Amino acid sequence: MIELVAKRAGMAAITLFGVAVVVFVLLRVAPGDPIAMMIGPGATAEDIVRLRASYGLDQSLFNQFWIWLGSLVQGDFGTSISRRVGVGQLLLERLPATIELAIMALLVAIVLGGFIAIIGTLWRRHWSVGAVDGVNGLLLAIPEFVWALALVLVLGVALPVLPLSGRINPSLPTDFKTGFYLLEALLTLRFDLALDLARHMAMPVLALALPLAGIIARVLREALGEAMMQDYVTLARVKGMSELRLILSEAMRNAVGPTLALTGVQFTFLIGGTVIVEKIFSYPGLGNMAIDAVINRDFPLIQGLVLMFGVIFILINLIVDFAVVAFNPRLRHG
Amino acid sequence: MSPLLSIDNLSAVSRRDGKPILRNVSLHVDSGTIHGLVGESGAGKSTISKIILGIVSGGVVVTSGSVMLGANDLVRMPEREKRVLIGSQMALIPQDPLTALNPGRRIGDQLTDSLRMWKGMGHKAAWARGLELLDHVAIRDPQRVMGLFPHHLSGGMRQRVLIAAAFAIEPKLLIADEPTTALDATVQKQVLQLLKRLQAEHGTAVVFVTHDLGVVAQICDAVTLLFQGKVMEQGTAETIFNTPSHAYTRALLAASPRYDDPAAGLNPIDDAVIAACRAEVAQFDGAQHA
Repeated sequence: MIELVAKRAGMAAITLFGVAVVVFVLLRVAPGDPIAMMIGPGATAEDIVRLRASYGLDQSLFNQFWIWLGSLVQGDFGTSISRRVGVGQLLLERLPATIELAIMALLVAIVLGGFIAIIGTLWRRHWSVGAVDGVNGLLLAIPEFVWALALVLVLGVALPVLPLSGRINPSLPTDFKTGFYLLEALLTLRFDLALDLARHMAMPVLALALPLAGIIARVLREALGEAMMQDYVTLARVKGMSELRLILSEAMRNAVGPTLALTGVQFTFLIGGTVIVEKIFSYPGLGNMAIDAVINRDFPLIQGLVLMFGVIFILINLIVDFAVVAFNPRLRHG
Repeated sequence: MSPLLSIDNLSAVSRRDGKPILRNVSLHVDSGTIHGLVGESGAGKSTISKIILGIVSGGVVVTSGSVMLGANDLVRMPEREKRVLIGSQMALIPQDPLTALNPGRRIGDQLTDSLRMWKGMGHKAAWARGLELLDHVAIRDPQRVMGLFPHHLSGGMRQRVLIAAAFAIEPKLLIADEPTTALDATVQKQVLQLLKRLQAEHGTAVVFVTHDLGVVAQICDAVTLLFQGKVMEQGTAETIFNTPSHAYTRALLAASPRYDDPAAGLNPIDDAVIAACRAEVAQFDGAQHA
């Protein structure tokens, strides 16, 4: 067990180092100069040189990387060029907002996808399964940013029932102790705040959740259909179990494993989707900040963000691996 | 006394091409007896047992006849009532013990499903009864086995668990679908003896599906011999084995390997007998259409 954890940690470190090298080199090879984005119209050549030197951008690529990596292992992500604040602090501020958004989207996707899969399995020999197929197909075919725009048009503009942007109504008190606003509001029983937070999250969560729900529904239905043809389900049917009970208590536990593995991979895509969706809804998370950072050529911030996303992806994969084992008794004792 | 299970003039066709699968099958099983349903692959013996258990696939359409359990016609009952009737009064011992247990559920939970569903037992009472049931099928250390998953058990052990589960609710009718085919020869005999013992203790009626006449001779009271979905011969085991009247029965008996007389060798069934059987089936089909 300890060996396994050490192995995974070592793999993670190598992966992150690779990510660090790639993002560092790519940023500097790609066109665009952070200094050019900062200087005012009246700046002299000396000003530019001085500014460049103060950020260390006049040094060799290797030196820059070495300095950055050296501070990184001490927990210092550097200072954001555009915001003039520590990158580590910016990341910690924004991370909880994105985690809340992604987790909520994941939960909605699991519930919705699971529901569609169960209905689809229940109706699998009935013509009405066509309706389920249609809905599932729509979910699979439409990407998250199209859902985001469609939701804005329908629920934000045509029937303005949900707020269009932000995380919370600015007139509400936001004296939160952590960045996990929704969780904190629920735990401190501030349901007025929780409701407002939920209303702000509803559209971005839906936009992110719908495509993932489509994938979960498709994979789970496939696995459920497969399980429903197994002998143990036939035997359970003879025992007199209802169709729904056969699906939930016999087939489901054997269908969850394969679905879980794929859901994990797809969840990382959902995290990627937060970048554009947070931007569309001006949701103050990592993704929103990432777009601003790229526009401003804010090298330290981009590097920090990419590393942060790398850590998130690695953690998700780790959790999925353990969850798959937990759901399969044959692997549990192996 | 009227029989427990009465199948009368049961016919079924394939949904895909309308070809007959069962041709006017009638058979009756009395309480406390074992009825052997014998035939080669595709003879319709599995289809009959699936119709009885309400698990026939969508590819089979029952066109006429009735399957009566007591006063209830299983062919014409509403689905929900049928499910309750089958669940509470019948049980199945499946063919392959390796696939018939849910790999994700503990033995104890699968064993006690029926007790909790139909005997009104709580979890604790059902668990205690489960221990007794396992003990009764000669499984050692039932306490431990109840908490295991199927992949921890051998094929023979799993078949014992399935037999214990089948007898859990003391069913009136038990369908044994080639329950020994997937097992080693040595385990086969033990399982047959176990089945016979429990059947006698509970007075259960059994429909025993098999293609093995040796097994039939060991445990069956009555036999129905099927060929292409048509009954070729029917009667008590004694009559069938001692004074078979149909050429097909005689050919089948002659084709059984003789362990006591290796010199006799293997005698495949004569093509002429098969041709005669086919002709009989064709004649029947012709009479149906006329």
